[in-house]
Amino acid sequence: MNTEAVIEARDLNLTFQTNDGPVQALKDVNLTIGKGDFVSFIGPSGCGKTTFLRVMAALEHPTGGSITVNGMSPDEARRNRAYGYVFQAAGLYPWRTIARNIKLPLEIMGYSKADQEERVNRVLQLVDLEGFGSKYPWQLSGGMQQRASIARALAFDADILLMDEPFGALDEIVRDHLNEQLLKLWARTNKTIGFVTHSIPEAVYLSTKIVVMSPRPGRITDVIDSPLPAERPLDIRDTPEFLEVAHRVREGLRAGHSYD
Amino acid sequence: MRSVLAVLTVVAAIVAIWYAACLPMNIKGVLTEAERAGAVVSPEGAAARRAMSPWALVARNGFAIPATWEQERPRLPAPHQVAVELWQTTVNKKITSKRSLVYHGWVTLSATLLGFAIGTGLGILLAVGIVHSRVMDMSVMPWAIVSQTIPIIALAPMIIVVLYSVGVQGIIPKAVISAYLSFFPVVVGMVKGLRSPGPMQLDLLKTYFASGGQVFWKLRLPASMPYLFASLKIGIAASLVGAIVGELPTGAVAGLGARLLAGSYYGQTVQIWAALFAAAILAACLVGLLGLIERVTLKRMGMAA
Ligand SMILES: Nc1ncnc2c1ncn2[C@@H]1O[C@H](COP(=O)(O)OP(=O)(O)O)[C@@H](O)[C@H]1O
Ligand SMILES: [Mg+2]
Repeated sequence: MNTEAVIEARDLNLTFQTNDGPVQALKDVNLTIGKGDFVSFIGPSGCGKTTFLRVMAALEHPTGGSITVNGMSPDEARRNRAYGYVFQAAGLYPWRTIARNIKLPLEIMGYSKADQEERVNRVLQLVDLEGFGSKYPWQLSGGMQQRASIARALAFDADILLMDEPFGALDEIVRDHLNEQLLKLWARTNKTIGFVTHSIPEAVYLSTKIVVMSPRPGRITDVIDSPLPAERPLDIRDTPEFLEVAHRVREGLRAGHSYD
Repeated sequence: MRSVLAVLTVVAAIVAIWYAACLPMNIKGVLTEAERAGAVVSPEGAAARRAMSPWALVARNGFAIPATWEQERPRLPAPHQVAVELWQTTVNKKITSKRSLVYHGWVTLSATLLGFAIGTGLGILLAVGIVHSRVMDMSVMPWAIVSQTIPIIALAPMIIVVLYSVGVQGIIPKAVISAYLSFFPVVVGMVKGLRSPGPMQLDLLKTYFASGGQVFWKLRLPASMPYLFASLKIGIAASLVGAIVGELPTGAVAGLGARLLAGSYYGQTVQIWAALFAAAILAACLVGLLGLIERVTLKRMGMAA
C-alpha cells in the first residue's frame, strides 16, 4: 500500500468570491493519497471538506497551488472517468428503477447492453441489493437508496471513490452496518476512497489515513496513519488501539478549534 | 361518498341561485308580454314598471313567476331551458346538421387541437432554447411575456386579416390564434421543469463527463414531465378559448364561436348559453383527458403523484 500517489495536493488554496467578500475555503493544503488508501476527512462544518473533495473531482477549481490525480489534472482525470462520486443524498432518479439508475453512468459512458446488465448484477450484489433492481427508489428505505447510489458509483471502472458524508442522514444502526459493508467492499475492489464524515468512530473504524481539518480558513491540522489492522470487525471499536487513535483525532479537532 | 354529497350540494345551490336570478332578470319582459296578451298586471304600463325594482314587481305579480322560466328569448334562460337546448342540438340532431352542436363543437375542436399542437411544439422548442442559451433567455422571455399582455380580442382580427391577405383562411387562422394563447403556459412550465434538476444532479452527470445532449435527454427532459403536464392542462383550455375567439371577428358560419355570435345577433339567449356550456364541457373533457394521460405516463415513469 501507500506506494503510488493517486492524489497529490501541493499548497492548495481556494477562495470563493461571495457577496459578503472572499471566503477562504482551503488554505495551504498539502496531502498525498496513496493507491488503495481509505482516507477520511473529518472536521467541523465549514472547514472545507466538501470543497476539497470537489476539487479532487474537478467540480471546483483551486485558486492557488496544484493538485494532480493519477498524475494528471483533475479535469483530465474526470475526462478519463477516474471517479465515482457519492453525494450526501442518494440522488437517484425517481423515474428510473434501481437497475436503470445504476445503468445511468454506463449508458453515458457507452457500455454495451450486455456489459451493462452484467455490471448491474455485480454491483447490486456488492451492496447487498440483489432482487431490488426492478424497484423504484421510493420503494426503498433511505439506507438502501444510499447503497444503490454507491452501487451506481461502483458500476464503472473508476479506481477512485469520493464520498461526501454518504451516511450522514442515516441512523446509527444502519450506519454501522453500512460501514462494515463498505470496508468489505473496499477490500474486495481495492479502490482508493476519499470519505467525508462528522463522526470520529466512523473515521477511525474505516480509514487507513485520517485527515483532521479545521475551519476559517479551512486547513489540515493533522494527518493520522492508522495503526489498525486491515481486518476490522465492528468490535475493534472497543480495543485500546482504536480508542487511542480516536483520542488523537479528538485532540486534533480540539486544537483546530482553540485556534480561533 | 361524502365528497359526492358535498359536490351535489354545491351544484344544487348553484342551480337554485340560478333559478332565483331568473326572476328579477326576466320579470319585466314577462310582464310586458302578459299585458299584451290581456292579463292584468300591476302596475299597468311598461313605462310605470321601468323604474321599479324587479323584486318588487315579482312580489306584486306572483302569477308571472313560472313564466320567467319559460320565455322564448329570456334575458337569462333557466337551467332546464339550456339543458333542453343542449339535448335538442346534440342528441336529437344529425351531426351533419348546421344546427347540431356536435358539428359546431367539432369545427372548434379541430382548430383547438391543431393550435394546441402548434403551441405546445413551439413552447417546448422555445423552452429548450431558453434553458440552453443565455441570449435566448434574455431576448425571448420578455417578448413571450409581452405577447400575453395584448388582449387577444384586439389581436385576433388583425391576425385573421393579415393571414387572409396572404391567402390563408379556414382552420389555420383559428389555429394560429389558439397556438398564440397556448404556447405561453408551455414555455413557462417547461422552462421551470427543465431547470428543476438541482446542482447535485447536474454535478453527478459532470462527474460522468456527460455531454450537454446527455444531460438534456437523461435528466432535464424526464425531470420536466410533471411541469409539462401541468402546463398542457392550462394550454389546452387556452387553446379552446383562442379557437372560439378566432371565430368571432370573421362572422364564421360554423363553430361554437359562430353559434355564440349568431345567438347574440338574433337575441337567442338560450342558444348562446347552450354554446357556452358546450364549450365548458368540451374544455372539461380535454383537461380531464390530459389528466388521464398524465396519470398513466407518470405512473409508467415510476413518478406516480
Ligand atoms: N460555492 C460556494 N460559494 C461560496 N462559498 C462556498 C461555496 N461552497 C462552500 N463555500 C464556503 O466554503 C467554506 C467551506 O465549505 P465546505 O467545503 O462545504 O465545508 P464542509 O463540507 O467542511 O462543511 C464554507 O465557509 C462555505 O460557506
Ligand atoms: Mg460538507
